[in-house]
Amino acid sequence: MRPIPIFWALAVAAALLTGGAHAQENSECLDCHEDRELTGTRNGRTISVYVDVKRLKNSIHADVDCIQCHADLEGKELPHDDDLKPVACGSCHEDIEALHASSLHGQAIARGDPLAPRCQNCHGGHDVVRVKDPKSPVAPLRVPFLCGKCHQEGATVQRQRTIHQDHILENFSESIHGEGLLRKGLIVAPNCASCHTAHSIRKHTDPLSSIARANIAKTCTQCHAEIEAVHRKVIKGELWEKQAHTLPACVDCHQPHKVRKVFYDQGMADSDCMRCHSDPALKASKDGRSLAVNADDVSHSRHAKVACSQCHTGVSASRVRACETITQKVDCSSCHAEVGQVYQTSMHGQLVAKKDPNGPTCKECHGTHAVLGKTDRASATFPTNVPRLCASCHREGEKAAKRYKGTQHDIIEHYTESIHGKGLMKSGLTVTAMCTNCHTAHGVLPKKDPASSVNPKNIPETCGKCHYGIEEMFEKSIHATAVGKTKEPLPVCSDCHSAHTIRRTDETGFKLDIMSKCGRCHEKIAETYFDTYHGKVSQLGYTKTAKCYDCHGAHDILPADDPKSHLSRANVLQTCQKCHAGATRRFAGYLTHATHHDPKKYPFLFYTFWGMTSLLIVTFIVGGLHTILWFPRALQMRRARDRAERAAEDAAEGGAEGRPEGTPESGGAGAPGEAAEPKPKPKEEGESDGR
Amino acid sequence: MAAERKEAYFERFTRLNRTLHIVMIVSFLSLALTGMTLKFSYTGWARVLARLFGGFESAGYVHRMAAVLMIITFATHVVDLVRRKSREYGSWRALLFGRDTMLFTKKDLSDFVGSVKWFLGKGPRPQYGRWTYWEKFDYFAVFWGMMVIGSTGLMLWFPELFTRVAPGWFINVATIIHSDEALLAVGFIFTVHFFNTHLRPEKFPMDLVIFTGRMSLEEFKEDKPAEYEYLVSRGELEKHLVEPYPPIVLRAIRAFGFTALTIGFMVVIWIIYAMLFAYR
Repeated sequence: MRPIPIFWALAVAAALLTGGAHAQENSECLDCHEDRELTGTRNGRTISVYVDVKRLKNSIHADVDCIQCHADLEGKELPHDDDLKPVACGSCHEDIEALHASSLHGQAIARGDPLAPRCQNCHGGHDVVRVKDPKSPVAPLRVPFLCGKCHQEGATVQRQRTIHQDHILENFSESIHGEGLLRKGLIVAPNCASCHTAHSIRKHTDPLSSIARANIAKTCTQCHAEIEAVHRKVIKGELWEKQAHTLPACVDCHQPHKVRKVFYDQGMADSDCMRCHSDPALKASKDGRSLAVNADDVSHSRHAKVACSQCHTGVSASRVRACETITQKVDCSSCHAEVGQVYQTSMHGQLVAKKDPNGPTCKECHGTHAVLGKTDRASATFPTNVPRLCASCHREGEKAAKRYKGTQHDIIEHYTESIHGKGLMKSGLTVTAMCTNCHTAHGVLPKKDPASSVNPKNIPETCGKCHYGIEEMFEKSIHATAVGKTKEPLPVCSDCHSAHTIRRTDETGFKLDIMSKCGRCHEKIAETYFDTYHGKVSQLGYTKTAKCYDCHGAHDILPADDPKSHLSRANVLQTCQKCHAGATRRFAGYLTHATHHDPKKYPFLFYTFWGMTSLLIVTFIVGGLHTILWFPRALQMRRARDRAERAAEDAAEGGAEGRPEGTPESGGAGAPGEAAEPKPKPKEEGESDGR
Repeated sequence: MAAERKEAYFERFTRLNRTLHIVMIVSFLSLALTGMTLKFSYTGWARVLARLFGGFESAGYVHRMAAVLMIITFATHVVDLVRRKSREYGSWRALLFGRDTMLFTKKDLSDFVGSVKWFLGKGPRPQYGRWTYWEKFDYFAVFWGMMVIGSTGLMLWFPELFTRVAPGWFINVATIIHSDEALLAVGFIFTVHFFNTHLRPEKFPMDLVIFTGRMSLEEFKEDKPAEYEYLVSRGELEKHLVEPYPPIVLRAIRAFGFTALTIGFMVVIWIIYAMLFAYR
């Protein structure tokens, strides 16, 4: 038994060393296959089995043994039989083999489709070279031709198999990709495999496909990295990103094989435009308006990097004057789409849509070639310049003010004097609210429009953009619609603070004014307030007394039965103590809205008042009657006395002695009048005697 | 002539009484002006006055200081009464029920009835004594008013103190009483009192006796016949005769009196205007 294994071992070794060398040396194979005439049969057809030694030597597989690829010949007697098995590239290129097997091409092979391409159909046979080798059939520049062998119009595959695209090669060669690749020799320009991949070619309906809808953006952005950042927002009148930050499939707009460039055609560069438009004397032939463009304006503007033809669309590069085909006015919304949409809904946009000559377009506010960003001090839309900008139409007497039928007048003057206006214009605080902060820049709508930022419904939110803390408080107060739940109109910021005349709340005028504001709705309660000491003092024009908001709160106003109210049982004493430090709970029982006109609610006050009033009336009637009745008698007495005085004077004049001077009271010593009683007479005489 | 005049004047009011009346005028006018400013705060006049007083706080200060002055006046009068009781009358009885009493007597009732008859032309002018019934009424009106206005005023001045005992709505009641009683006082003084003492034709335009304390004998005789008769019959008239003030003093007194009267009338006009045309 022993010699047998030894024999076999020797035999194998001999076979490997001598037999292998003998039967399967590459040179052995080439002995026959070098012959150009050599033929063999495959599937019953006679084929050439000639191997070009020179090309084999130059191929990437030069050092690979024939039998490594033609594995079924291993150990076979030479010359071997016909009908070899197909070469299995996958024995070395496993990964690629797997990709290929699951691709459309691989599946076709598995189906036994005779048109299905195998490795060598693309890569070649014995002459296979590196992909990077320009001679390789799969070199970038040659890929279109390679693929085109089957996929061009008229090819068997294109005719007999279901291919949904037509004129693929023609279209590609005319596309910007094809132009780059084929005409300009840019090997970085995409070829078929760049998009379809080399081995994993799949239908676009296959989710794994590089051209599946979900993967297209990824595929394109391999080269067009961050294209979304520089893409124009609106293309052909449609919003590009229909949903924010969700890229649409590139091919929705750019047909797969027809991709064309859009801008910067020759003859449309800015310099071409400026050839004519730099001439300051350039005028429109139709209406004589200047068509000159100051290049400096543009270069210093926000649009310094925007080409003329990006705004002035409709140019034709082929014309000598590319601009002669322009028919449309500049449409800023082709880039500023969102702003444009908002503008369309605004009063300004509506006017323009109605062709109203008063309606301002973009350029009325933003200018044209010299457009600047709102953060640029020189810009008309810089915060401190905005009031002046808006005033150019909205100042009293200007066109917008003329057509305005509402209640707000002298708005610019009022605004300038308001706390916001002073903050902006005098203190130079650019964060201060100006026109556009409240009215919005592009969505300006009249107050009565429910979508308006200054519609009462939206005012808390508008003011709350800056006064957030206040809005938060206000939204919890009884005046907020969510809390108030009433059909009565509830007040919003502007009802108390006004719109354009907003004052500092620590100003006396405001403090006093606010009470009449509360009183507009709370009529009864305001009236009774003015019956109390607090009300009377504030009515005199002094603020150092309790005013509505001192007790009720301002923005956090709540009904007294709400535990959070300043006037709730738990809080009222503290509220009183803000001013009356020594207040007790009994003190808080003071009726701050007491009236003596309500016998049911305040019987004590009612009866006290009427008690006092009765006392007054009775006293005045008695005193008054007494006085009135007295008057005629007193007059009588006076007349009598005057007559007596005159008589005495006459008597004194007639007498020898000098008449009495000066004090009239001292005179009157003459005879008594008829009113005099008999009794005083002798005394009078007696007195005269005494004198 | 000078001697003649000297003897012709009868001294009706003591120096202290006159002084107290002047102080009370100052105090009362200040109280009336500052108080009405608040009461009729809804009139334009009130705002002007509040401004003139240097704002509501300083007006309030003036009001309270004037009130203190009034209380002092009242206290001084009471002390004076006690002193005069012992010096001049010897007993409360003599003071309160004697001939000079300020209390209402039967004579006052008959004088009042007589006056009404006289007014209606059905009898002679009553023989008024030292204090007529309307003078006594004025005197007690002030007593009553001081009590009512003073006590409620203190409540309003120190609400925190009073509400330690009384409920909070007492302050509301006090406000009504204080303000209406003040209206009564002001209204009465500036109309009825002014007429009864100054404006009635015999005295028009002003009776200076409250400031000078003295009146001519003729006037005295005519005005208070019973008192005159009494003094003459007792032979005490001479004790009360004094020299008149020199013209310059009289002028000063007249200026003060007219100022007070003018202010009073203006307040009355203001009140009537406020009640009739701006009441709310």
